[in-house]
Amino acid sequence: MEKDIREDIAWAQINKDVLRSLETPRPLYWVILLVALAMVGVGVGCEIYQYQTGMGVANMNNPHVWGLYIATFIFWIGMSHSGTLLSAILHLMHADWRKPIYRFAEAMTTFSLMTAGLFVMVHLGRLWQFYYSLPYPNERGLWPNFQSPLLWDAMAIFTYLSSSIIFLYVGMIPDLAICRDNMHPGWRKKLYSLLALGWEGTDRQWRNFRVTYLTVACFLIPLAVSVHSIVASDFAMSQQPGWHVTSSPPYFVAGALYSGCAAIISLFIILRYVFKFEEYMTLSILKKTSRLTFAIAMVWTYLNAVEFASVWYSHDEAAKDVLIQKATGTYAPFWWMMIFCGSVVPLMLAFKRFQANIPVLFAVSLLLNLGMWLERWMIVAPTFSHGYYPWAWDHDQWPSLVQWGIVFGSFGWFALLFMVFCKVFPSVSMYEVKEMVYHRSLALKNGETAEEGVH
Amino acid sequence: MSRHHLLALFDNFDEAEAAIVELRAGNIRGFNPDDLILKSPIEHPEVEGVLGNKPVHIQWFTLVGAILGGLLGFFLISGAQANFFAQIKGGKPIVPLPPNFVLTYEMFILGGVFITVLGFLICAGLPAKRSPLYSAKVSEDQIGILVSGDESAVAALKAIFSKHKALEIQEEAGK
Repeated sequence: MEKDIREDIAWAQINKDVLRSLETPRPLYWVILLVALAMVGVGVGCEIYQYQTGMGVANMNNPHVWGLYIATFIFWIGMSHSGTLLSAILHLMHADWRKPIYRFAEAMTTFSLMTAGLFVMVHLGRLWQFYYSLPYPNERGLWPNFQSPLLWDAMAIFTYLSSSIIFLYVGMIPDLAICRDNMHPGWRKKLYSLLALGWEGTDRQWRNFRVTYLTVACFLIPLAVSVHSIVASDFAMSQQPGWHVTSSPPYFVAGALYSGCAAIISLFIILRYVFKFEEYMTLSILKKTSRLTFAIAMVWTYLNAVEFASVWYSHDEAAKDVLIQKATGTYAPFWWMMIFCGSVVPLMLAFKRFQANIPVLFAVSLLLNLGMWLERWMIVAPTFSHGYYPWAWDHDQWPSLVQWGIVFGSFGWFALLFMVFCKVFPSVSMYEVKEMVYHRSLALKNGETAEEGVH
Repeated sequence: MSRHHLLALFDNFDEAEAAIVELRAGNIRGFNPDDLILKSPIEHPEVEGVLGNKPVHIQWFTLVGAILGGLLGFFLISGAQANFFAQIKGGKPIVPLPPNFVLTYEMFILGGVFITVLGFLICAGLPAKRSPLYSAKVSEDQIGILVSGDESAVAALKAIFSKHKALEIQEEAGK
C-alpha cells in the first residue's frame, strides 16, 4: 500500500524543506507571478475604464443586470469551500492525510473570498455606494432591508472571510514560531516574531490551541454551508423561472465543494512542483483528493438531475422554457459544455490509473473548474435572458471585452495573492506533518511489537 | 533564596515522560512539581496528561461569545426594524423572525469565533515574553522540560534529567 508520507523523515528535515520553500522556489514560481501580475493589470485596466465611462461599456443592460460579474462572484465563493472541507471537516474526521495540504487550501479559501468580494463592488458600477449593502442607519433613520438575501450575503461573507482569516492564522502560529527560530535577522524574522506572539510550544499553549482549533473548525462547517445557502437564496428566494427551486441551497453547496476540490488538485500539482514538495504532497494524498472530488462530482451530477427532473415534471411552463432554452438556445454550447466538464470528465477520476497521473489530473482539474464556472454562468444568464415577460427577452446580449477582462483579471488577482502567500508563509504545516510522521512511526512500532508478541 | 531555571532537552517523548513522572513523584525539597513546563514541537496529549489535570476554559469564552454575538445581531436588526414610524410595514410583522434568524445565526458564529480566539490568547498567555530559557530545538525535534526551583533542588533535578538521557541541560539563575 502506498504511504501518505514516509515515517522516517527527520523532523529537522521537515523544517528545512518547508523553510527552503520560502526562499528558493523553482523558476516557474516567478513566471506564474509575472503572468498573474499581467492578468491583474488587464483586470484593473478594464475596471478603471468601466468606472470612468459607465456600466454601458460592460454591455450590461436590462434584462442582463448581473452578467459575468455575479456568475464569477458565485464561482469564487464556491472555490472558498475547499479550505473548510479539508481543514475543518476532515480535521473532525481525523483524516491524517489532509495535514500536508490543508494550509494552502485554507489560504485558497481566504483569497477566493477576497476575490469574490471585489465582484460585488465591480458589478455595482457606482463603487462609491458600496456601503449601501452594509447594515448602517441613513440620515432618515432607515436601515437597509434586513429581509433581503443580498444583505444576508454581505453579512455571511464578512463572517466567513474574517473567520477564515482567523482560522488560517491561528493554525499557523506554531509554524510561525518555527520560522521565527530559523530565520536570519531581517524583515522576515521581525514579521514572524510579531505574528508568532511568543509561542514556545508549552503544554499550556498546546492544550488551549487544540481546543481553540477544534472549536473554530466546528463553527466553520455550518458557517460554510450557510454562506453558500445564502448565496443560493439570492436566486431561490426570487420568483424568477429557473431560480425558484427548493434544491438550490444543497446544489450550490455541492457545487462549491466540487469546484474547491478541483482547484485543490490544480494547486496541489503546481505547489508540489514549484516548491519541491514531492516528499510531502505525495501521490497517495493526490489519489485521495481525486477520489473525494469524484464523489462530490457525482453528488453534484445527482443534484443537477434532481433539478432538471423537478423543473420538467412540475409543469411550471416558464421554468421549463428556461431549461429548454439552456439546452437548445443561445447558451446551449456552454450548457452542454458544463454538463460535459462537470459530469462526464470526472468519470476519469473513477479509474485508478488516472487518480495519481499528474498531467491527466491537472488537465481534468482545469476542465472541472471550467465546468463549474460555466455552471454559475448558466445559472445567471439564461434566466435573465428568458424571464416571465416575452417583451423583456433578450437572447443576444453578450458580455463585452471589459467584462471578460475583469473576470480574467480576477484569476490573476487570486493567483498573485496565493503565490505571494506561499512565498511568505509556510504552505505546508510543519508541525502537523511532524505529527503525521510521529503517528505513523508509532503505529508501525506498535504493529511490530504486536507481531513479536504473536511469534 | 534565588530561583534557578533549568531547561532539559530530550530526544523523544518517552524519556521526557519518564523524567516528568519522576520529577512529580520525587518530592524534591525546594521544587514544586507544578513549576514544570513541557515544551514540544507537536501537541502530545498523553505526555500533557502526566502533568496532572489542567482544565481548559475556552469553551466558556465560546459560549459567551456566541450568545452575545447572537443577541447583538438580533437586537441590532430588530432595533432597526422597530422604527416603524419611519418604515411603513403595511400589515407585515414589525420584527419578522424567519429572515432575522439568518443574520442572528451569522452573528452567533462571528461572536463565537472572535471570542474563542480572544479566550485562546488569554488562556494560553499570548502574546508572551520569551521565557527565561528557550531553545530553538524545541520547535525543531526536541522535547524540553523547563523547571524552576531553589538552589538546593538543582542537583537533584539535574540528576533526574541526566538519568533519563537528557541531551542538554541549560541553567539560568534568576531572582
